[in-house]
Amino acid sequence: MASPSPAASFDSESYLDMDLLRLLTCGSVDDGKSTLIGRLLYDSKSIFEDQLEAAQVASLNRGDERVNLALLTDGLRAEREQGITIDVAYRYFATPRRKFIIADCPGHVQYTRNMVTGASTANLALILIDARHGVIEQTRRHAFIASLLRIPHMVVCVNKMDLVDWSEEVYEKIRDDFEGFAARLETTDISFIPMSALNGDNVVDRSQSTPWYDGPSLLHHLENVHIASDRDLIDPRMPVQWIVRPQSDEFHDYRGCAGKVASGVFRPGDEVMALPSGLTTTIESVDVGGEAVEAGFPPMSVALRLKDDIDVSRGDMICKPGNKPMVTQDLSAMVVWMSTTPMTPGKKYAIKHTTNSARCVIKELTYRMDIQALQRDESATELALNEIGRVNVRVTKPIFCDTYRTCRQTGSFIIIDEATNVTVGAGLITGTND
Amino acid sequence: MSSYSLNHLRQLEAEAIHIMREVASEFERPALMFSGGKDSIVMVRLAEKAFRPAKFPFPLLHVDTGHNFPEALAFRDELVERLGERLIVAPVQELIDSGEAVEDPGAWPSRNRAQIPTLLKAIETHRFDALFGGARRDEEKARAKERIFSFRDEFGQWDPKNQRPELWSLYNGRIQMGEHIRVFPISNWTEMDVWQYIKLEEVDVPSIYFTHQRDVVTRMGQLMPVGDAPFQARDNEDVEIGKTVRFRTVGDMSCTAATESPASNIDDIISEVAGARASERGARMDDKTNEAAMEDRKKEGYF
Repeated sequence: MASPSPAASFDSESYLDMDLLRLLTCGSVDDGKSTLIGRLLYDSKSIFEDQLEAAQVASLNRGDERVNLALLTDGLRAEREQGITIDVAYRYFATPRRKFIIADCPGHVQYTRNMVTGASTANLALILIDARHGVIEQTRRHAFIASLLRIPHMVVCVNKMDLVDWSEEVYEKIRDDFEGFAARLETTDISFIPMSALNGDNVVDRSQSTPWYDGPSLLHHLENVHIASDRDLIDPRMPVQWIVRPQSDEFHDYRGCAGKVASGVFRPGDEVMALPSGLTTTIESVDVGGEAVEAGFPPMSVALRLKDDIDVSRGDMICKPGNKPMVTQDLSAMVVWMSTTPMTPGKKYAIKHTTNSARCVIKELTYRMDIQALQRDESATELALNEIGRVNVRVTKPIFCDTYRTCRQTGSFIIIDEATNVTVGAGLITGTND
Repeated sequence: MSSYSLNHLRQLEAEAIHIMREVASEFERPALMFSGGKDSIVMVRLAEKAFRPAKFPFPLLHVDTGHNFPEALAFRDELVERLGERLIVAPVQELIDSGEAVEDPGAWPSRNRAQIPTLLKAIETHRFDALFGGARRDEEKARAKERIFSFRDEFGQWDPKNQRPELWSLYNGRIQMGEHIRVFPISNWTEMDVWQYIKLEEVDVPSIYFTHQRDVVTRMGQLMPVGDAPFQARDNEDVEIGKTVRFRTVGDMSCTAATESPASNIDDIISEVAGARASERGARMDDKTNEAAMEDRKKEGYF
């Protein structure tokens, strides 16, 4: 299983130019998802000998013929016993160009909530298709969720190509089927790669078995896909998390509005507005750890020192006078339900949006999305676990938001059950409903 | 890189700062677990990034096994002094003496399990409602599934099958009285990221991470340090005098193995980590007990 080692060529300075790609893998038990991840980790030297040894021993104990790479990733005892992935697991590997964070999600419909969780932070979705089965209902569901969560890039891995004799015809058919259906999705960057994760074909290196395929290997694609322009540098938004206020004589007048920049760029001298007060002032300096930096931009965590001592506290939003978010108590949103207790209109919940916590009531369920058939069911009266629907929500106080399409950070919220404190829903804002 | 871009370390840093500020805002009595190891040292640097020029809005908490490397203890005290922050020490020995914690049987046992009641008692005494830990998901596969905000019930237990979904960067820190949250701001970092960040930020670390001469014995295929009382070679073991070694982790001395290494600076360590074929936790005897050793300890309240 030995192969070239990208990790071995790290030198002490080049890491300063590495960037970060977060990807999501979706597939079912038999698509070879865990095998693919095991392969990426192994071939990029992110699996260590002792971890491999542990997987070898476990494979032997189970009577597997060869080392089961899936055992490298299935972390909880119940998963190893049942041979399935229950929860989102995070994996890490790096090449000299990029660090990768994989959110490894179970594919089955009853794990939609796990996939949504993994998708919420991903820049790229890897969708696995078993070449023998082609595009199935599950493939469409995965692509729909990736699109709903607005993952900007999608890679369709047509796996187990060795089991269909590396047939170009089979690959083309799958590609056409997928494209036909994906035309209705909002993801524009979709790539296709024929591969065998088990044997490593087209995973790290181009395979000899696919002379008819002129695209890159999966790893090459992951290293080169352009992600820098996925961020919004136009619309300045910074939800205020915390006020840095030293209780010392030396820094008596220091007051920093701390937060993570959601979008846009903040520079010293910029005129900014704080919501809800609507008061404006200019930025004196943008600090990290008490030291000035040139600018604050996503995804930086900074502290803004403002020229005037205006009233700002946690939950407020810093924006610009000519570029403000929506200010509303009435939201329309897509909601993914994550609790075994169904969501019913009229019920009250706690809500967390950016750095704001409030209460809300679900006023109306407009429709439920049938994620198998991808059709709207307007007769639905509740959302059960793993169901997705369009709702109108009334919040107890105004929130400062954008649509999820414009900004993931200011366009998302979670719904919390006030009795159990459990996160029961994920919301993606589609607009106001005043 | 183009303008307005952050390398992977700065992105990880920004994520960790955000997490620390969320905890400071939403909890009444947080504390930062500090062991003197490189991960907790990086956490301290991240807290400086999040809260300076103000003081940290929480104390540091050291669960002291009494089996510390003297170098790590000296480093801890010096760092705390320089930072001007508050340190709370919770000694495992006190609970062993009072019978509230039991040492594993055998000669020079690990005090890993005895840390659990000590930590839980400290949480109770100080009424901590959120504890920062330096655990990383790349360390061990049970950790790969742990949330950044990891909910613990009134007994400090972790229920891996019933974790809250964690979406975007919206952390749900709501708890009932008696419950608490463990928070892992560097969940998404790898051993390599930690070392690269130490280099980038010029962070000091204890000397035992670098090559030095030490007396060791080979036990279960691992180089175990001996000579610093009370750790002595067992009867049938041959002591190798002055072996050139360093440590990849700074844990309980009784269960932390050394590796042969000439690495004398951070660059050497980065090259070594890049070429390493054994995981960091491979040097922890406590994880070798069985395949789910970590999962079991975590369920009981271990970090």
